[in-house]
Amino acid sequence: MSQPSISKSMTIGESGLAVVFAVTAFLCVIASAKALDAPFAFHAALSAAASLAAVFVIVNRYLDRPATLPPAEINGRPNYNMGPIKFTAFMAMFWGIAGFLVGLIIASQLAWPALNFDLPWTSFGRLRPLHTSAVIFAFGGNVLIGTSFYVVQKSCRARLAGDLAPWFVVVGYNFFILIAGTGYLLGVTQSKEYAEPEWYADLWLTIVWVAYLLVFLATVIKRKEPHIFVANWFYLAFIVTIAVLHLGNNPALPVSVFGSKSYVAWGGIQDAMFQWWYGHNAVGFFLTAGFLAIMYYFIPKRAERPIYSYRLSIIHFWALIFLYIWAGPHHLHYTALPDWTQTLGMTFSIMLWMPSWGGMINGLMTLSGAWDKLRTDPVLRMLVVSVAFYGMSTFEGPMMSIKVVNSLSHYTDWTIGHVHSGALGWVGFVSFGALYCLVPWAWNRKGLYSLKLVNWHFWVATLGIVLYISAMWVSGILQGLMWRAYTSLGFLEYSFIETVEAMHPFYIIRAAGGGLFLIGSLIMAYNLWMTVRVGEAEVQMPVALQPAE
Amino acid sequence: MSFWTRHQIFEKNSIILIVGILLVIAIGGLVEITPLFYLKSTIEKVDGVRPYTPLELAGRNVYVREGCYLCHSQMVRPLRDEVERYGHFSLAAESMYDHPFQWGSKRTGPDLARVGAKYSDDWHVTHLTNPRAIVPQSVMPGYPFLSQTEVDPDTIADHMRTLKAVGTPYTDDQIANAGADMKAQADPDNSGGDAFNKRYAKAVVRNFDGKAGTPTEMDALVAYLQMLGTLVDFKIYNEKANLR
Repeated sequence: MSQPSISKSMTIGESGLAVVFAVTAFLCVIASAKALDAPFAFHAALSAAASLAAVFVIVNRYLDRPATLPPAEINGRPNYNMGPIKFTAFMAMFWGIAGFLVGLIIASQLAWPALNFDLPWTSFGRLRPLHTSAVIFAFGGNVLIGTSFYVVQKSCRARLAGDLAPWFVVVGYNFFILIAGTGYLLGVTQSKEYAEPEWYADLWLTIVWVAYLLVFLATVIKRKEPHIFVANWFYLAFIVTIAVLHLGNNPALPVSVFGSKSYVAWGGIQDAMFQWWYGHNAVGFFLTAGFLAIMYYFIPKRAERPIYSYRLSIIHFWALIFLYIWAGPHHLHYTALPDWTQTLGMTFSIMLWMPSWGGMINGLMTLSGAWDKLRTDPVLRMLVVSVAFYGMSTFEGPMMSIKVVNSLSHYTDWTIGHVHSGALGWVGFVSFGALYCLVPWAWNRKGLYSLKLVNWHFWVATLGIVLYISAMWVSGILQGLMWRAYTSLGFLEYSFIETVEAMHPFYIIRAAGGGLFLIGSLIMAYNLWMTVRVGEAEVQMPVALQPAE
Repeated sequence: MSFWTRHQIFEKNSIILIVGILLVIAIGGLVEITPLFYLKSTIEKVDGVRPYTPLELAGRNVYVREGCYLCHSQMVRPLRDEVERYGHFSLAAESMYDHPFQWGSKRTGPDLARVGAKYSDDWHVTHLTNPRAIVPQSVMPGYPFLSQTEVDPDTIADHMRTLKAVGTPYTDDQIANAGADMKAQADPDNSGGDAFNKRYAKAVVRNFDGKAGTPTEMDALVAYLQMLGTLVDFKIYNEKANLR
């Protein structure tokens, strides 16, 4: 019996990518053999293995799939692509816990330095970039890529563009994290904060990021709605600007193409300005614009209310992205950077308060008429509290950017406290809230396994944040004041080490706060895992198909 | 047509939206960064400032690798207490050969911009090996492994060549003798000392870690720390020459 056969063949994407990865595997084997240093050899071998695995997976996927690719629509409804989103949700949770754990370890090292163990790969200087990259780029990045792929499909009513491309983006991005993270432990770093990965990791990220932009943009272009939804403006600004910042901050010349070490093109003062133009806008566009996109989609969706003001969101968007870029020099107050640049950075940082609070108001007021849900829905409460933390840090930031305040706060733990009220309170909570929404939606579950556990997560984590940031406020201001204290005879009152000693109790409180935040995330991971494992499916069968009783 | 209606051109056309975003984000960076490549105060040359010697460069690479910049700044601000605690405020020129810069953002430990020549080599070696042996309240990690790893005199010339390509004025002579200079700086008995000193004015030749043989990472790091902030002679520096 002959079946009507559709001839099955590899798409250009499948065959092309398979060939590219095969060639890459070959080149990586050569690079590994000729490597000048051990970390480079390890990374090249890892890349070769990953490329071979990619070839295998692409071919295997082709053999397993039906002759035609999944349709863009089924019965006139978009056939959304949830696979890559599920992957990022899983990776976000994994990296989140890893990143919080490393944070707890380095916080403990500052309280009890013996925990450095006098070994290269366990010392604070190598673990600290691992912590920052794991929480910002690994946890935050996976949340951003995952939610952006979800939001762009739903708000455009179109299936995600590309077949292999979205998978290339999510897996490729996580491979970048793996290379960067293992590199830090092995001492591979270019020492630019939040841009530590060396030249080859930077190149790989550039390729992945361009693919990300193309997938996102192609989906927007396919949209069935005339308007591009607000959240997508923010996602687009995040993707485009991060690309510009990454390229501007990282041009480096490797000592050898077979070695990990490179020297960045910029030097001294110019490099300092490039670095904090990048660094502050990693905050502005990665940790703010991207997560504001989450706010603009997930809060209205969860509260089942429209966004408070569409016009406010237009002003919010353009004002925020215009002003943020100028704020970098406030990281360089009183340095060798010219005064006019510092003052410009300070002025724009203060102005930035306005669009930031405009956005906060837009998010909070979306709850108009649905405030009662805060009592019953801990997920919505988490999202709303995140916006409140956003408001708090975006007030504290402009205040700290004022030069006189900065002369006290800079170089102290106050900065660390400020960062964490934003990172734990805003980015952390908005991500948790988004994942609590996203996991049931992506896995087609009726709801979460347990709202009670969400409530526990919320309170444990909130307590952790409060301990963390209040300890850092006290230690930061205390140390800043001790550094500038004079005796009545006009001598400096404290030696440096006396100010270090004074920090000890606050470092213990901070570590306790971080520990609570980590426990909260473990509760969350269990809850999400159970939601996927035992949650009730959302799909309802037509009545006629139900078995007779 | 109201502003809100006109704005729809961005809401309905993704490419115009992207162009709009790029234009809006370009302005701030261009205004703040571009002048830094041309202003007198940011590109001034100050007497005494020279590129790192091969051994110092290797030490600086250890400093970068171990993430020292995460707890130590190298930027003395022109504030009374800082100038009294650390020394003359930092000049732009003092970090002009730093690729990348090491100004730092946090002082869990003290500023190091002027740490050079403040403590003995012996103090540094003991302190780096076990900080709490000298400063009991210190929270710094120990780096005993630096004494067990030798630096590589054969590849340091490649590093200097790369730095030259990004603008550091190493001479051909300096690059050709990089390996020999590296050994000479850590060994006062080495016959290459005079030639080394001709190539790097006022660079210090000492056995930094006190041990014979090929220089270790400890030699290199201490050599780097001991030169930090010592290049400019502030007795003759005219700070009015390039008012910033």
